[in-house]
Formats: sequence, structure tokens, C-alpha cells
Amino acid sequence: MRRKPLKTLFTHLLLISIVFIVASPMLVAFFKSTQDRSQVFSYPPVLGFGSVEAMVNNYSRAWAQYHIGIYMKNSLIVSVAVTVAKTLLSMLAGLAIVYFDFPLKAPIFYFILFTLMMPTEIMIIALFNLVSDLGLGNTYAALIFPFMASATGVFLFRQHFSSIPPDLADAARVDGAGPLRFLWSVLLPLSWNVIGAFALIQFIYMWNQYLWPLVIIRETSRQVIQVGLKSTMTAMEATDWGLVMAAVILAMIPPLIVFALLQEQFTRGFVLAREK
Amino acid sequence: MAILIVFLYYPVFETFRLSLYRVAFLGLKKTFVGFANFSELFHNPDYIHSVLVTLVVTTTVVIGGLGISLAISVLANQKIRGARVYRLLLIWPYAISPAIAGVVWLFLFSPGYGIVNYLLSLTFHITPNWLGDPFLAVFIIIVASIWKNLGYNVAFYLAALQNLNTDVLEAALIDGASHWRRFWSVTFPLLSPITFFLLITNITYAFFDIFPIVDVMTKGGPFNATNILIYNLYREGFEYYRTGSAAAQSLILFFGVVVLTLIQFRTSGRRVHYEGA
Repeated sequence: MRRKPLKTLFTHLLLISIVFIVASPMLVAFFKSTQDRSQVFSYPPVLGFGSVEAMVNNYSRAWAQYHIGIYMKNSLIVSVAVTVAKTLLSMLAGLAIVYFDFPLKAPIFYFILFTLMMPTEIMIIALFNLVSDLGLGNTYAALIFPFMASATGVFLFRQHFSSIPPDLADAARVDGAGPLRFLWSVLLPLSWNVIGAFALIQFIYMWNQYLWPLVIIRETSRQVIQVGLKSTMTAMEATDWGLVMAAVILAMIPPLIVFALLQEQFTRGFVLAREK
Repeated sequence: MAILIVFLYYPVFETFRLSLYRVAFLGLKKTFVGFANFSELFHNPDYIHSVLVTLVVTTTVVIGGLGISLAISVLANQKIRGARVYRLLLIWPYAISPAIAGVVWLFLFSPGYGIVNYLLSLTFHITPNWLGDPFLAVFIIIVASIWKNLGYNVAFYLAALQNLNTDVLEAALIDGASHWRRFWSVTFPLLSPITFFLLITNITYAFFDIFPIVDVMTKGGPFNATNILIYNLYREGFEYYRTGSAAAQSLILFFGVVVLTLIQFRTSGRRVHYEGA
């Protein structure tokens, strides 16, 4: 095929401007987080890096004075706990559904799937009463337990496992390997892409939780980052936007790190899931 | 399994039960009222308004978001240098949370010192009060919601585009079909399974996940203009403590999700056939 240089150049320009437009709100957020009060509120607005002192000042005040450090620690604990537990549970459930026969397997599978698809938001009222009655308000448990089971996970792993040739399972059985041993030494090495993709999705999902923590957590010491962000914004005009933007940038760091680590698996995991 | 039962099936059941009761303040007294909560909701103009707002927001966010994402993905799927870098730069916004989207767009659109109004005053000599005007408030909620979900949608569309069967596209190319025609009569139909999947996930997103954007930017206002159903539910349940009504609202949303889930199940069954053929 003959290349058309002008058209390629045009595509590049278009893509660069799209990337820039999509990223611009976050760029503005970053620049504002490095400016002092007078620069933040200047009119016409000043864009560009402020100063290192203003930056240090904004970030350190957000971290300590506005408890962003505590919020992030809480979010990290909850997100990691849920991601690990959910991945393990989904894998085991997927394994059970693909490799074991038990009565009423299909109906049970669809029933689990169906109920698990309900967003937590829907039962928030009853969940709130339940968790309060159990005395779990203001605890990590309140943030972790309702999110442990996942339809997407069970479905994803079931699909992935059933794409693995059953000969492997037979061979393992002949060799006298139990199901857990089979999972560990045969399935696990074959599943890293799916695990990576799933873990990334779950981590970001948990990191972004907002409504449930907002209603169930009343203490600063247990609150998560997304709700904490809101607390950095006081009354509209008095809001110290430099500090707020510093909190925003801080809150972006963990999900971006996880994204950078797992993005390869993320894209490949999807390809796999769809190839089946 | 025990966790499943306690934190999943019990709350679902309990939501059903609560929706039939009227609970006095602080839950001191519960009275059975049958379906009164439901009929009150359907006769409440504010609730009907909330339903309409949700429909408008959802339709625009889903169609706008998917359209833009598909266009970007097709553009980024071309064989050009640095395609991998572009991909990465396009899907990283997946890591942005709705709350962050709300905070950042609130700043961009603030009337006094926001960048958007500065640019508008330079070019058109107008400085709209974005958050004070019902129509404009809905508009910026929609813009922020579409922006937040771009990374997710582009990630899925790009993955689907790279898995497309290129034989058909090459055949169309040999037949001399134009770009535009190739896209609409070959690529787009081949993408229909993933479009359908994204349609469902985006509807759920617009129903529930944009709650933080609304909470941070407008709190449902002005004059309830951005009071989507999930926000209304939150206010009834946790600000006015009308547990019964909130539970009834949960159930109405619940049935919406059930219908969506059923559609998803049915079509994902069909999808397998589709790809196997």
C-alpha cells in the first residue's frame, strides 16, 4: 500500500490534540497544585508551573493538615484487601464451576451471577442498617465485606478456565495432583494476564468508592480518599484550590502506579477474554 | 459463602421488606403501609422529574461517550508510528475517579476564576454562571461524566478493533469501498458485540457511578436540575431519613438493573454464536 505522508501527518496532529485535550483538565490540576494563592486566583488565569515552595506548601498541608495521608492509607488498605480477596475467591469459584460436578450446577451458577450483578448502591439502605446493627460502622470491615464477591470475576475466570484444554486437568489428575495443586502449578501460570487485568479493574474500582464510605464512615481516621477529597473543599469562594489540586494529584498516584504496572496485562487480558 | 449470604442476599431481601414500611425518624417505629411508598413516588412530581433527569443524562452520556470513544479508537488504531504510545496516552484516564473528575471540572467551570469562562469571555464575551443555571449545570455534569469514562471505553474499543478479522476489511478494500463505507458497513457491524457490552456498562455508569460528580459539583441543584435517581435516593435515605421511600426507590432501580442484566445475558449468549459463525 502506498503511504500518504500528508494524511499520516494529519492523523498524528489529530491524535496529539486529542491526547492533549483529554489530559488538559489534569494538567491544569497539576499546575494549580504548584501555585500559591495569588497565582491560583489570578485573573486572567495563570497556567504553568508555580514555584517549588508553593508546591511543597500545598502538598504538605494537604497531606497532614487535611488528612490526605490518613485517607490514602485507609483507601490503600481497603483496596488491596478487596482486590486480593476478590481475585482469590473468584478464581476458586471459577475453578469449582469448571472442574467439579455438583447437583444443580447451572442454576446455582446463574443464580450467583444474577444476584452478584446488583450494584451495591441499590441495597445501600438495608446494607447500612445491617452494618450498623452489627456494630461495624466506622470500621475497615464495613468497607471491605460488602465488596468481596464479584460476578465479573467469577464470570471472567470461568470463561478463561474453560478455554484451557481439559487434557491438562486429566493429566494432573493422573499425576495425583489435587485441585489446589493443579490451580497453583498449572492454572496460575496460564492466568497471569486475566489476573492482572482483573486486579487492575478491582483496585481502581475500590479506590474510587465514594457513596458507601460516605454514608457508613463518620470518623476522619477511617475515611477513604475520595470522600476525603471533598472535605478539602470548604465554602465555595474560600476554597484553597492550590491545596485541593495537590490532594487531587496525590489521590491519582496509587491508581496510576497500579495502571502502569498492569496495563500490559490489562490490554492482553481483554484480548484473551474476547478471543475465547 | 456466609459473607455472600449476610452481605448480599439479606440486604436484597431486607430492601424488599423495608419498601413496604414507613419508618419513623430514627427507626423507632415501623408501620406496614403496603405499596403506599411506591404509589406516593409515582405521584410525586419531584420524583418524576428525577426520573426524567436521569434519562436525559444517561442517554447523552452513553451515546456521546460511546460515539467519541469509537471515533478516537478508530483513529488510534491506524498503523502509524508510536501507536503504542498513543494507546497508553488515551487509556490512562481510566485511573481517574469520578470524585476527582467532579473536583477538577468544578474548578475549570467556576464563574470567577475558571479557565473555561476566561476563554469564553475572550472569544464570545460571555461568562455564563455554569452552576447556577439548571440547563448549564446538567450540561457540565454530562461533559465531566463523558470525560471521566473515556479511558475505559477507548480501552475496550481498541482491544476489540485489534481483534477484528482483517480478511473482510481487506476484501472491502479490494472492492474499492471508501473509508467511510468500509467503516459503516464492515467495521461497525463487526464491533456490535463490544458496543453492546459497553452500552450496558455505560448505562450502569450513568445510573450509579456518576454520583460523586453530582455530589461534588452541584449537589443535585440548582432547583433539582441535576438530581439524578441515585442522588435522590441518597438524600431521602441519609438526609431526610425516609427509609421506606428510599427502599422503594432502590427497588425501582433494582428492577431497572434486572432488566438490563437479562438483556445482557440473552445477547451474550447470542454473541458466542455470532463469533463462532
